[in-house]
Amino acid sequence: MTRLKNKIYPSVDAAVADVSDGASLMFGGFGGAGFPNELIRAVGRKGARNLFAISNNCGTGEGELSVLFKNKQIRRVIAAFPGPQSTYFQQQVESGEVEYELVPQGILCERMRAYGAGIPAFFSPVGVGTEVAQGKEERSINGRRCILESALGADFALIRALKADPLGNLVYRKAARNFNPVMATAAKITIVEVSEIVPVGSLDPETIVTPSVFVHRIVAVGGAHDA
Amino acid sequence: MTLERKLSREQIAERAAQELPGGAYVNLGWGIPNLIAAYVPERAGVIFHSENGILGMGPRARPGEEDYDLVDAMKAPVTILPGGSYFSQVDAHMMTRGGHLDVAVLGGLQVSERGDLANWKVPGAKSSGGIGGAMDIAVGARRLLITMEHVTKNGEPKIVRTCTYPLTALQCVTTIITDLAVIDVVPTGLQLREVAPGVSAEEVQSVTEPRLIVPSRVPEMRLRAK
Repeated sequence: MTRLKNKIYPSVDAAVADVSDGASLMFGGFGGAGFPNELIRAVGRKGARNLFAISNNCGTGEGELSVLFKNKQIRRVIAAFPGPQSTYFQQQVESGEVEYELVPQGILCERMRAYGAGIPAFFSPVGVGTEVAQGKEERSINGRRCILESALGADFALIRALKADPLGNLVYRKAARNFNPVMATAAKITIVEVSEIVPVGSLDPETIVTPSVFVHRIVAVGGAHDA
Repeated sequence: MTLERKLSREQIAERAAQELPGGAYVNLGWGIPNLIAAYVPERAGVIFHSENGILGMGPRARPGEEDYDLVDAMKAPVTILPGGSYFSQVDAHMMTRGGHLDVAVLGGLQVSERGDLANWKVPGAKSSGGIGGAMDIAVGARRLLITMEHVTKNGEPKIVRTCTYPLTALQCVTTIITDLAVIDVVPTGLQLREVAPGVSAEEVQSVTEPRLIVPSRVPEMRLRAK
């Protein structure tokens, strides 16, 4: 008899029930695609505060991460491109309610990759001589100026995929993949919302993008994508 | 300088498109770079990279055919061409930072005489600004073209001795294409390669802060767009 860990949660609210005040969370998504919008709304309903959010963007209008900024649940942010429509984020930066650090986008995901791969830090030429180099160790490596970047992990990764099997193997849809697979590797608990949960064995092993070991909780929310 | 002789944004894009070799892997940034693909003939076989995880990105989706899981880095619904692929953010920036792209074209706020680029934030702006993929792209591109207006709205040079705006990357720019000129960053400074039709080298120099290297003959750009 197979002993499967039960990773399937009955609702997004159940899946985020232990997201407590002060937790650090990664949120997948880029350019409107691949945001875990149902999980974000569930964190909004749960009401945890003082959150540390790690995300490429910081909300669009009333959607995506704006839900949590509007509720004033986020205290600290690491992002690459907050975005021109991240109105609530910008207001709270101006009022001093939110602290933020901007990170070059490729370094943001590479820091996650390093964390997931068990590498505590790495040297990179990106940002040398710019404000992102401030306070970082600089070293010349093979004659090239580099700065030391640290690995970036979180308590939770909230991600979006197209399909999961009950083990947590994931496939994505088009450009909605973006940050989701790497975030899955860099959190203590990875929670995925999917359009559909399919039987074990029905996903082709050659096409699985995120292997099940990286995924801890699965919720089916329907919808091919959140337009 | 009379406004009529400055190129339009479309003409800057057309001139930049001429810099893309056949079969090149190319990333186009926001602003004028976003207009370039329209001037690249299909037969050139140029393969466009989008930093949100698409290689072989095609034109904008037609009205009614938008798929919001298939968008470019600025959220516009696009298409994918035969031979295209999707991949994660990590792979998308392995391609930029790792030197796998032949050419990148970004917008610019300032370029210095040694090829430093500032393009992500205006000093004193209330907004946080956003770095996005610009630093990874600027550091990794084999050739980095900057398309921009030659001067600011207030008429101040954007090609400067030293950037005063927040920097994107040091010594990264290969070529600057503006509404007045094509200028190459060479080891000895900035070299004027072409001028816009009807514009003289002296006029370009008059709105450029560093001293330009001006060869004896500087041809005019050849353009069709208005």
